[in-house]
Amino acid sequence: MRITVDGVEWQVEPGEVLSAALLARGRRALRASPRRGAPRGAFCMMGVCQECAITVDGRIRRACVTVVRDGMVVSLEGAGSDKVRMAGAHGA
Amino acid sequence: MSGPLCHRVDLAVLGAGPAGGAAALAASRAGLRVALIDENPEAGGQVWRKPVRPAARSAKADPGEALRADLRAGGLTLLYGRTVWSVGASLDLDLIDGESGRWERVSAGRLVAAGGAHERVVPFPGWTLPGVVGLAGATILLKSHGVAPGRRVLVAGCGPLLFAVAAGLAGTGIDVVGVADLAARGDWLRAMPSLLTRPGLLGQGARWMASLRAAGIPVFFRHALRRAEGATGIERAVIGPVDAEGAPAPGPEHAFAVDALCVGNGLVPGAEVTRLLRAPHRFDRLRGGLVPVTDEAGRTGIPGLYAVGDGAGLRGAAMAALGGEFAGLAAAADAGRLASDAFAREAARLRRAMARERPFSDGMAGMMRLRPAQVRAIPPETVVCRCEDVTRAEIDAAVEAGARDVNQMKQFTRCGMGPCQGRMCGDVAAELVAARVGPREAVGSFTARPPLRPIGFDELMGDFDYADIPIPEPAPL
Ligand SMILES: Cc1cc2nc3c(=O)[nH]c(=O)nc-3n(C[C@H](O)[C@H](O)[C@H](O)COP(=O)(O)OP(=O)(O)OC[C@H]3O[C@@H](n4cnc5c(N)ncnc54)[C@H](O)[C@@H]3O)c2cc1C
Ligand code: FES
Repeated sequence: MRITVDGVEWQVEPGEVLSAALLARGRRALRASPRRGAPRGAFCMMGVCQECAITVDGRIRRACVTVVRDGMVVSLEGAGSDKVRMAGAHGA
Repeated sequence: MSGPLCHRVDLAVLGAGPAGGAAALAASRAGLRVALIDENPEAGGQVWRKPVRPAARSAKADPGEALRADLRAGGLTLLYGRTVWSVGASLDLDLIDGESGRWERVSAGRLVAAGGAHERVVPFPGWTLPGVVGLAGATILLKSHGVAPGRRVLVAGCGPLLFAVAAGLAGTGIDVVGVADLAARGDWLRAMPSLLTRPGLLGQGARWMASLRAAGIPVFFRHALRRAEGATGIERAVIGPVDAEGAPAPGPEHAFAVDALCVGNGLVPGAEVTRLLRAPHRFDRLRGGLVPVTDEAGRTGIPGLYAVGDGAGLRGAAMAALGGEFAGLAAAADAGRLASDAFAREAARLRRAMARERPFSDGMAGMMRLRPAQVRAIPPETVVCRCEDVTRAEIDAAVEAGARDVNQMKQFTRCGMGPCQGRMCGDVAAELVAARVGPREAVGSFTARPPLRPIGFDELMGDFDYADIPIPEPAPL
C-alpha cells in the first residue's frame, strides 16, 4: 500500500495508523504551533490534544486516529493552520 | 441543510470501553434497545483497545476480545467510528462519522456517559518538543500501533503505567535509559496491602520490575523532569530529585541523551457530557479532579443521565466494568423494564464485587494523583496551554490582573481556548489559579462547550457549519 507524504511516495502496511507510520519513519515534528511557531508532534495518541492535526486528502485530520488508505495524500506543510484553530476557538 | 440520519432507541451509551461496554450489554440483556457509540473503529476503550496492526496483537487471551464478541452477538446498534460532538438537553446525541463525514443523531431519552479519562502531564520546559509523548499515549503506541516513540527513551511521571511502559519498551529492544518516578520506593510499599488484593496484577508489577532490573534500567525514585532540550525534537532530558509533595529538592541532576520521552502524571476524568449538561459536580483529588455527583448506580443529578467509568472519577478498568453494569441495569429498572426485586439482587452482587475491588482501585488512584507542589514549581516561561502557547507567567499575570476563576483567566489569556478546549491543560491551569486564589472548588473548570471532541472544521459536512450550532454566550466577566 502506498501513500504520498509531502510529495514523496511511502510504502506502508494496511492498518497502520498515520501518526505511527510517520513516527516509525522518523517524522517526529508534524506542525508548528500557531502562536510561537514552535515545532510540535503527536502527543496524546488518543485524539484529544490535536497536536497531530495535519492535512490528509485536503482535509484536516488527527493523524493518531486516522488509518492509512492506499493512495492517501498527506501534507505536513502549513499544518496547524487557522482551520484547526477555528474548530476550538468558536464560541470561546 | 439535510437532516441527520436518526437512530431511535431506549438507551444511548457514549463510549465502548470497559464501562460503556458493560452498561450496553447489561441494559440490552434486560430488554432495552441500546445504541453504543465510540469514535474508535472497535470497542475496548483505552485499556482493552483492539490492535490496529495485526502484528501488534498479543497471543494472550484478551478481555477486550470477549467484550467485542459479546457486543457483536447482542442485537445492539453498534455505532463505531462515530464521534459524539454534541449532546442536547433532551439527551439526544449528535454524531459525525469519521470516514464519510455523515451526520447522525441518536435519540433515546436515557444516556450513559462513559467517555473515559485523558492524560495529565505537569508542564516542564521543553515538554512541547516533538518526541515528548504522553505515558498513557505510549501504551497506545506500544499495544495498539506496534510502534515505539523512539530508540533511546526516558520514562517519567507517576503511577503503574511508568513500569508498564518502561518494561514494554525494553521488551521490544528499545534502549530505555531510565525511569523517573515521582513516588518513593516506600510509597509503593505502603500501597502494597491494596495491591495484595489483586495478586494477578501484583505479579504483573513484579514481572515489570524484574525485567527492568534484568535489562539494567535504573529507576530514580522521587525524581521528576527538570527540562527537555532540542531543536526540532527532543535531544536531551534532565531529571532531578523532588520531595514528597513533588517540589524540586536539592541533589544532583541527571541528564540523558534521548530521542523520545514518555511522561505522564496520572489521568483526568473527561466528564465532558455531564459538564456540558450542567449536572452537579464536585472536586475530588483522588478521583483525578472534577467529577459528576452520582449514586452507586451512576445516576447523576439529571434524570435519565448516568455517568460511569474513569470519566466519572478514576477507579480503573475493573471498577469501570462493574459501574457500567450497575448503570445499565439501573437504566433498565428506571425505564420499568427490570423488576425492582431483580434489580435489588443484582445491585447487592455488584456492591460486593465493588467492595473487593475498592482497595486496589484507591491504591492505584492515589499513586496517580496530582501533587500540587509540582504544579507550583512550574517555571514562569513554561508553556502550560499547548494550543495557544500560553505560559505560566501569563496565567499568573491574569490572576494578578483580577481573574478570580479559570474562565476569567481564559478570557484574559486564551489559555484553554484552542482546539483541545483545555482538555490537556485544564487541570493544571485550575491548580495554578487555585494556588493564588483559593480552593479548587472556587476556581471552577473551563466551561464545557460543543464540540465535545476536537473534530477538524472540515471533518463536518460541506453544507454544515459550526455557526449552525447554538452556543451559549460566555459568562460575563
Ligand atoms: C491513553 C490512555 C491509556 C491507558 N492505558 C492503560 C493501560 O495500559 N492499562 C490500564 O490498566 N489502564 C490504562 N488506562 C486507564 C484506563 O483507561 C481505564 O482504567 C479504563 O479503560 C477505563 O474504562 P472506561 O470505560 O471508563 O473508559 P475508556 O476505556 O477510556 O473508554 C472510553 C471510550 O469512550 C470513547 N469516547 C470518549 N468520548 C467520545 C466521543 N465524544 N465520541 C465518541 N467516543 C468517545 C473513547 O473513544 C473510548 O473508547 C489508560 C487511560 C488512557 C487515557
Ligand atoms: S496526538 Fe493528540 S490528537 Fe493526535
